[in-house]
Amino acid sequence: MNTASTLHSLESQTGKSQPAGPEQDDSTRTDPRQWGWLETSPGKLAAGLLFGVVFGFLLQKGGVAKFDILLGVLLLENFVVVKIMLTAIIVGMIGTYFLRKTGRIELKINETKLGGNLIGGLIFGAGFALLAYCPGTNAAAVGQGNLDAITGVAGLLLGSYLFALSSKFGGSSVSEWGNYGKLTLHEVLGVRQGVFIAIAIPLLIAILVGLEYAGF
Amino acid sequence: MKVSALISAVAVALLPAVVQAANEVPAPYPYPEPAWSPYLVGGLIGALVLFTLSLASKKVGASSAYSDGAGLIGRVVAPRHIASLPYYRESKPMIGWTLVFVIGAIVGSCVAAWTGGELNGAYLQDLWVARFGADSFVLRTVFALSGGALMAFGARMAGGCTSGHGISGTLQLAVSSWISVICFFVGGIAVALMLYRL
Repeated sequence: MNTASTLHSLESQTGKSQPAGPEQDDSTRTDPRQWGWLETSPGKLAAGLLFGVVFGFLLQKGGVAKFDILLGVLLLENFVVVKIMLTAIIVGMIGTYFLRKTGRIELKINETKLGGNLIGGLIFGAGFALLAYCPGTNAAAVGQGNLDAITGVAGLLLGSYLFALSSKFGGSSVSEWGNYGKLTLHEVLGVRQGVFIAIAIPLLIAILVGLEYAGF
Repeated sequence: MKVSALISAVAVALLPAVVQAANEVPAPYPYPEPAWSPYLVGGLIGALVLFTLSLASKKVGASSAYSDGAGLIGRVVAPRHIASLPYYRESKPMIGWTLVFVIGAIVGSCVAAWTGGELNGAYLQDLWVARFGADSFVLRTVFALSGGALMAFGARMAGGCTSGHGISGTLQLAVSSWISVICFFVGGIAVALMLYRL
């Protein structure tokens, strides 16, 4: 059951106690038979599965497993997606602020890489318009029985593999361009997090009120 | 990068052909209503992210499930080839948090659709049929495959998708996430308007 963690500790042991050759280090890196199968403990995976069930349930009830509603936002005609995302962001902004203050969560964010964020983001958007489901809502669409989303899964697997393949030919160099490390908006603006969200939240609420007011 | 350029080129080359063959979509289009209020759903998703961050110190994401999935299939089919790819050496394909999370999302959505009487079973969806007709099975397959591939490639370049960047990252005020999610929508809106409203 714990083969993964045993392998991990073996790896770290050999890594630490034997400063041997790079060949040995390399063999654990390149020999897939020495790779574990479970990334984390079975208990945590069970929790992940459960959280996923809740996420999928919410996506479907919110209507964002539907092809029409997802394309609707890209056609600027239906804003259910925006309403869900902005409400989640508002709740999450307030929550992470207080949970971080009391030390109950750590920041889990990615490095700002202008090349990857900008170019990758635009490529993602083009793909989103073609498939109409994004990676998370594609899973919800599969669960709802949208059969074209199964083809979407095949495409997503294919694209992931192509990215991994491109890493062999230096494909990730573009993504690494303009790396500024882990940046947050309030750091960039030079204000405290509390001040930032005190201004950002009324703005986001104003967008939502404006959408309702405009009849969307 | 060459690969993504190739896929993009194919997709862009397809556009004019596609647009010519298409019917005009009625405007305003009769969009379906979601079962629950989007504000309720959004609030609960925000709370869900707070729970995963505090209880499991993991964020809600989806796109890396597909790269782990592809890598896991590769480990079974062609382990040596997978091990030769620098990307998979750095992030070894394993059964991880995001993969089980996405599998859970399929189950959860199925339960929600079943309880709400919204189980679908169609390959071509309403808006698609309105635009491309009821006999467009091959075109839909090409779109879904190339769209999924572009999206996964873009997500790996950007470091996340509409879940990881769009929700988990933006609410933590990450600059990378706000840039990425704006680009997701800029790219998406541009291509969607060309495909459905030209």
